[in-house]
Amino acid sequence: MNGASPAPASTATALRLAGVTKFFGATRALRGVSLEIARGEVHALIGENGAGKSTLMKILSGAHAPDAGTLELGGQPYAPESPHDARLQGVAMIYQELNLALHLSAEANILLGAEPARAGVIDRRASRDRARTALELLGHGSLPLDRPAGSFSIAEQQVIEIARALLTQPQVLIMDEPTSSLTQADTEKLFATIGRLRAQGVGIIYISHFLEECRRIADRYTVLKDGETVGSGDMRSASLDHIVTLMTGREVKDLYPRAAHAPGAVVLETKSAASEPRLRQATLRVRAGEIFGLAGLIGAGRTDLLRAIFGLDELAAGEVCVVGAPVGKHAPRDRWAQGVGFLSEDRKEEGLMLVQPIADNLTLTKPGAFGRFGWIDGRRQRSAAQRWIDELRIKCRGPEQAVGDLSGGNQQKVALARLLEHPARIFLLDEPTRGIDVGSKAQIYELIGQLAARGCAVVVVSSYLPELLGLCDTIGVMCRGELAAVRPRSEWTEASIMHAAIGGA
Amino acid sequence: MPDRFKAIAAKAGPFLGLLLVIALFSLAVKPDSDGQAIFLTYHNFKTIFTQTVIVAIGAIGMTLIIISGGIDLSAGSSIAFGSVVGALLIKNGAGPWTALAAMIGAGGLIGLLNGVMIAKLRLVPFIITLGMLCVVRGAAQKLGNNQTVNYDSSPINDWMTTADPRGYALPAGVWVVIALAIVTTLVLRRTVFGRHLFALGSNEATARLCGVPTQRLKVLVYALAGCFFGLAGAFQLSRLTQGDPTVAVGLELDIIAAVIIGGASLNGGVGTILGSMIGALTMAILRNGAVLMEWSNADQLIIVGIVIIIAVYVDHWRQERRA
Repeated sequence: MNGASPAPASTATALRLAGVTKFFGATRALRGVSLEIARGEVHALIGENGAGKSTLMKILSGAHAPDAGTLELGGQPYAPESPHDARLQGVAMIYQELNLALHLSAEANILLGAEPARAGVIDRRASRDRARTALELLGHGSLPLDRPAGSFSIAEQQVIEIARALLTQPQVLIMDEPTSSLTQADTEKLFATIGRLRAQGVGIIYISHFLEECRRIADRYTVLKDGETVGSGDMRSASLDHIVTLMTGREVKDLYPRAAHAPGAVVLETKSAASEPRLRQATLRVRAGEIFGLAGLIGAGRTDLLRAIFGLDELAAGEVCVVGAPVGKHAPRDRWAQGVGFLSEDRKEEGLMLVQPIADNLTLTKPGAFGRFGWIDGRRQRSAAQRWIDELRIKCRGPEQAVGDLSGGNQQKVALARLLEHPARIFLLDEPTRGIDVGSKAQIYELIGQLAARGCAVVVVSSYLPELLGLCDTIGVMCRGELAAVRPRSEWTEASIMHAAIGGA
Repeated sequence: MPDRFKAIAAKAGPFLGLLLVIALFSLAVKPDSDGQAIFLTYHNFKTIFTQTVIVAIGAIGMTLIIISGGIDLSAGSSIAFGSVVGALLIKNGAGPWTALAAMIGAGGLIGLLNGVMIAKLRLVPFIITLGMLCVVRGAAQKLGNNQTVNYDSSPINDWMTTADPRGYALPAGVWVVIALAIVTTLVLRRTVFGRHLFALGSNEATARLCGVPTQRLKVLVYALAGCFFGLAGAFQLSRLTQGDPTVAVGLELDIIAAVIIGGASLNGGVGTILGSMIGALTMAILRNGAVLMEWSNADQLIIVGIVIIIAVYVDHWRQERRA
């Protein structure tokens, strides 16, 4: 036991999970997760993006019900029916995105949903006392209760949210990436708060991508990979290498056919590109016929870099050049004209018009090409769509079917077909295989390989490392807004990428 | 195939609603003392069509805006403003075509102002056009010196009379609606502009990502719809044969209701001109039938309100089917 941290207040088990399994349709998101958390223990839950952490948290917080497995809270069977029920039973959750009503006062936020009242009239004195007590437990007793939540700093808002969670006297508190939006100083304050909660016997599940952070604050760890518990143990005696191996060590299936391609001239270049709020500095050069991978944790600025290149976000500094010439002000319209195509990571919110037909989605970048003088020849447009439906084997009833009716994999193929139809020469693909079935994945890998063979430049952002290592010629790793290391694929391993991504280089 | 059935029901919904309303009034309205039907007659429907014209033209413009994901609450005020502008010009010796062009232009300018503010200030259309509802109404009253603007006579007065002085079978206004509905339908379905409007309303982020000039498009659609409101003002003038700055108060709600009854979604991305025309006709028939039934004005209001809620509920139900 490390001398810097106080011993757990009690060794009794707060929460125990065994064999927890969860299916979403045919996909098995969790396949037998076990986890044990003692009272007064900070337990780090570690895993790559998509390892199943979010699903597990949703089960614990009552948002999803497990399909199999046992859950016990304080020795009693635990089966929350809703997040509210979970909270009443003693499991509270602090989400990565804060959930505050920014116009209401700090006090109103802390008591939200649990206002002490008589006949519907709020008991103001009791509410003040309770809010104050909760804040004092956290060592923030002096926080002004009357100010609107929106006027506090992010760190203070987080304290307000934790105070709200404490109101129901939880046995287990789950914190999802709590430091992702905090400064170094605020992180220290948060750790002090966590220390107080631990001393009071609360079991804390701490989810973070930053292993160094986990090592400082956590007593024990559990690693999830592909929906399974692959290891657990004492945090301070574990080596980071061991944990990274646990996280990434998996067999790579031969999903990645490699069409022969030879990189040519540089067609896309960024010079110290920066944009608000996350992208701090990125310099890269991508050649025709090259597949360039961007690795990094969620929030490291990978998407921001693609958006800045494509003109969806304004450059705050630096320069973007397409085929040697600096591009003008931000405008996706100009990029399409320059032969740059962008695939959004968010199909539903940004990538596609779900209620509109496949044909319209596919040809939106230049519908005028299917007719003259601004008129559209519907038959030509539909036959173009039908060509891609056949070519990419998009499962649908026809070009007139609404995109929203298709499965995720087929939606993604429509979004990709838009770039192919345009046609683009430089492809910016943000998480091209997220949330789609393996068959569609293999097809998309094949397509990317063919594009490179035809001399297109492809930039792929992915959180799935085997994919990047299998697919790319060059991989750059982003960490906290900076493109830190760019090397040929042969010089990377999953472990070294993970080290660079968590800032360990 | 319940799915297929639902899809057809959703598409045909407004039309079935219209037939239902016609059927109900055909049965409910009693024949006159000679035993002659008074609701389901050529003459009464000529009246109904004529009474539909103003809302129908407004609904064409409003459909464009609602498909693009917006709303325009200043439509009623624009119609009144247009009619005052036209009446003043005619009073001062302008010909009908000059007056018509000026009324369309006035509506277009108001729409342009709406569009520019919505695009530049990045405020929601509801707020901007709510403000403009007051501003334009006030401007119309100032322009008309707080009273109706009267003129001796003008050929414009013939455009909305059921007396049909030129033997067109229906008043000119009805033919104008039919022609504009066909043209606008083609523009919506067959042109890049139409396609971009649907894209904007369906998912603005996607539209932007695909290089659709979203801000310019917003300005354009409000300006264009404004022209339709100006034109509706011309027919308002023709109907009253005078410019009235206090006319068409709350008419924007009838127009919006017609568009929604016609199957457009207030979330944008969905809507047809044909549906909106059916919606406008349904509203006019409801009003006409209510008068023939000798329902009080209060009862009429309540019934129209209930029909709007049912129509919006159907819209909601269709949205859920998509999700």
